[in-house]
Amino acid sequence: MEVLYEEEYRAIQEVVERLCRDANSKAVLLIDKNGQEIASSGEIENIDTTSLSSLTAGNVAATGGIARLLAEKEFTGQFHEGEHTNVHISIVAQRVILLVLFDQRTSLGLVRLRVKKASKDIQDVLDSMANKSEQAKPSIFEEITDEDIDNLFNDD
Amino acid sequence: MSFINYSSREINCKIVYYGPGLCGKTTNLQYIYQKTSPDARGKMVSLATETERTLFFDFLPLSMGEVHGFKARFHLYTVPGQVFYDASRKLILKGVDGVVFVADSQVERMEANMESLDNLRENLEEQGYDLDQLPYVVQYNKQDLPNAAPMDELSKLLNLTAVPEFSAVATTGDGVFGTLKAVAKLVMMDLRKRK
Repeated sequence: MEVLYEEEYRAIQEVVERLCRDANSKAVLLIDKNGQEIASSGEIENIDTTSLSSLTAGNVAATGGIARLLAEKEFTGQFHEGEHTNVHISIVAQRVILLVLFDQRTSLGLVRLRVKKASKDIQDVLDSMANKSEQAKPSIFEEITDEDIDNLFNDD
Repeated sequence: MSFINYSSREINCKIVYYGPGLCGKTTNLQYIYQKTSPDARGKMVSLATETERTLFFDFLPLSMGEVHGFKARFHLYTVPGQVFYDASRKLILKGVDGVVFVADSQVERMEANMESLDNLRENLEEQGYDLDQLPYVVQYNKQDLPNAAPMDELSKLLNLTAVPEFSAVATTGDGVFGTLKAVAKLVMMDLRKRK
């Protein structure tokens, strides 16, 4: 079970927003390796970020599978070049995926540079999150009764 | 792995539909997609071949109401059933919270069912999971076909651990939501147990 508390969420969101701004990118998404969106920033109104997260995680998983077949630990980065939008995908701390969408307003070099810095910042937050998860367990499930769960699935 | 976001107040869980090729995993998801109101579901993504065989996975995000102010969201995935896609199946099982095994009830598919079930168990073990410890249900699909084996026979072969089981005809939707609700409920119960 992975838990994201308000405080860490805000810290992560800040990093993601800063990256989006500093890299001059269109949008930035932070996704967990199972395909859940953690945070996002930029021009995402017209993007289905849920599908994008799931597909990106699938892509990273498949690429990881290829790496293992080739006796590589993992390929840490991927770059897809489109006509209007480019995609930069990188793995942070072996557990989350940082996705940057960008266009001609910036360059791959700048994106790479800013991603490197942001990765370090995200890793710091994740580390503090891991420590905290060990100390404090989530409380939401303590309040949930069998009846609550039954009620979830009562009507079609 | 379930993901609890206190900021967006969401509980996210991953359910995987497993089973032999052409057993109806994608059809289950398509029916759920068609019958769920658009505000409770996201887009269904299918990575399929030109002949509509699943190549990597299908994906359908679904909201199933709220518990204590937290939205319960389920991400439904199918695996490609064909034997040679085993590497892809392993990837999709990563982080799974609940499993639906969709069996093809046709007598001549019994060996394929058993092979797929063994494969599920092995692939889970490789990822450090034990099927007997996971929220898990079995669905006997295609019960409308004339060559479908009866439920009790299927159960004896494919449900040795006596988990919840469902008769289904995924093309018409019979048993589809029953199966989904049962596994979703087991997932929520399991999360509570692991709190």
